[in-house]
Amino acid sequence: MSTDSAGGRPEGISPSQTVGPFFHYGLTPGKAYSHVPVSVDGQVAEPGTPGEKIVLTGRVIDGAGEPVPDAMLEIWQADADGRYAHPNDGRARQSNSFMGFGRSDTDAQGTYRFVTVRPGRVPGPGGGEQAPHILVAVFGRGMLKQLFTRVYFEDEASNAEDPILALVPEARRGTLIARKNGHTFTLDIRLQGEGETVFFDV
Amino acid sequence: MALVLPRGSTAAHPPSLHPAYTSTVLRAPQQPLVLVPHTLTELTGPVYGHGKVRDSDADLTAQHAGEPLGERIIVSGRVLDEDGRPVPNALVELWQANSAGRYVHVRDQHPAPLDPNFTGAGRYLTAEDGRYRFTTVRPGAYPWRNHHNAWRPAHIHFSVFGPTFLSRLVTQMYFPGDPLFPYDPIFNGIPDAKARERLIARFDLETTQPEWALGYQFDIVLRGREATPTEEPHEH
Repeated sequence: MSTDSAGGRPEGISPSQTVGPFFHYGLTPGKAYSHVPVSVDGQVAEPGTPGEKIVLTGRVIDGAGEPVPDAMLEIWQADADGRYAHPNDGRARQSNSFMGFGRSDTDAQGTYRFVTVRPGRVPGPGGGEQAPHILVAVFGRGMLKQLFTRVYFEDEASNAEDPILALVPEARRGTLIARKNGHTFTLDIRLQGEGETVFFDV
Repeated sequence: MALVLPRGSTAAHPPSLHPAYTSTVLRAPQQPLVLVPHTLTELTGPVYGHGKVRDSDADLTAQHAGEPLGERIIVSGRVLDEDGRPVPNALVELWQANSAGRYVHVRDQHPAPLDPNFTGAGRYLTAEDGRYRFTTVRPGAYPWRNHHNAWRPAHIHFSVFGPTFLSRLVTQMYFPGDPLFPYDPIFNGIPDAKARERLIARFDLETTQPEWALGYQFDIVLRGREATPTEEPHEH
């Protein structure tokens, strides 16, 4: 390793590598691997969490239109008031137990699923506000590094003024907007090809 | 937000498309990524798992009734950012094959023996100096079907959260001197030789425990933050 034990500046960051096909017992053990300590899962909001309870679901699809059964999604979001549970958000409340982080693997049909609350609006660049959104990182076999994308909500009027959506070519914005059915929002992640999801360079 | 994360450092990562690793061919985006400014969304990130990590989670040789088979090793190192600052309180998750090169995973059907005394998953919260430490066994190499006679070098998967969602890293640790390096398209998906070397652990006699376990040092360097507060970038 290139860093010395006394500290100093490393030569660079550690490169990313795939989670591989066999990450489940390390990262999303569920009930299948009883010896692994319970990790976070798709249950992001507890029953007492304030806000509108929603289910966020969809499938991960590859360039041949086939479901990806060995992918993993991680989400990061604000609470219903648009506050992040993190020290960098000076508006965060100490008393809020909602962490805003979830992790879901995909099943044989490529389906992921989160139970969470609908986020509020959060500050954007230049003192403006962003439309409610959820940040998503996509990992998987065949993916040497994670891809970043966002989920927006189709019934949000503020999407029209969102500064990040505005950077996306209009014809592709729909790939970021989840369809509503009651309290369930559905958005497929297409890694490649027709209807390819917009991924961000962050 | 005055916090800005540098973008240039991410050039160390492999490109999404690396045809020698055949699974990338249908899973790499074809459209250009859309460049976005870093907002509060990207500059915050999960702080979790702290209440769930037990001391015993760091010893993968003590999770079952008996001792796992294989060469016992200690893997220790620091989680740093690219400016060399330690990252304390970072959740490090690890998973690996057993000493015969077999994952306990339900979908791994490779005909090497499972070890009833080894699951191969652990976790650790880094100390104030960014240090972590696991006790485990050295994983074996294993075949995979990427190409004819494909074998993965022995490796341990690491998952680390830094202070923001942008410093999130999943990577692999390799062992020094592995003869399989030239043949592994996952390792060689990293274009820069120096960056590849950062994923190779260092054998360290100081970490070794006499009569007990060999020792390796492996530092993990996450994307950092610029030292000087600057205006939020607006490069569109």
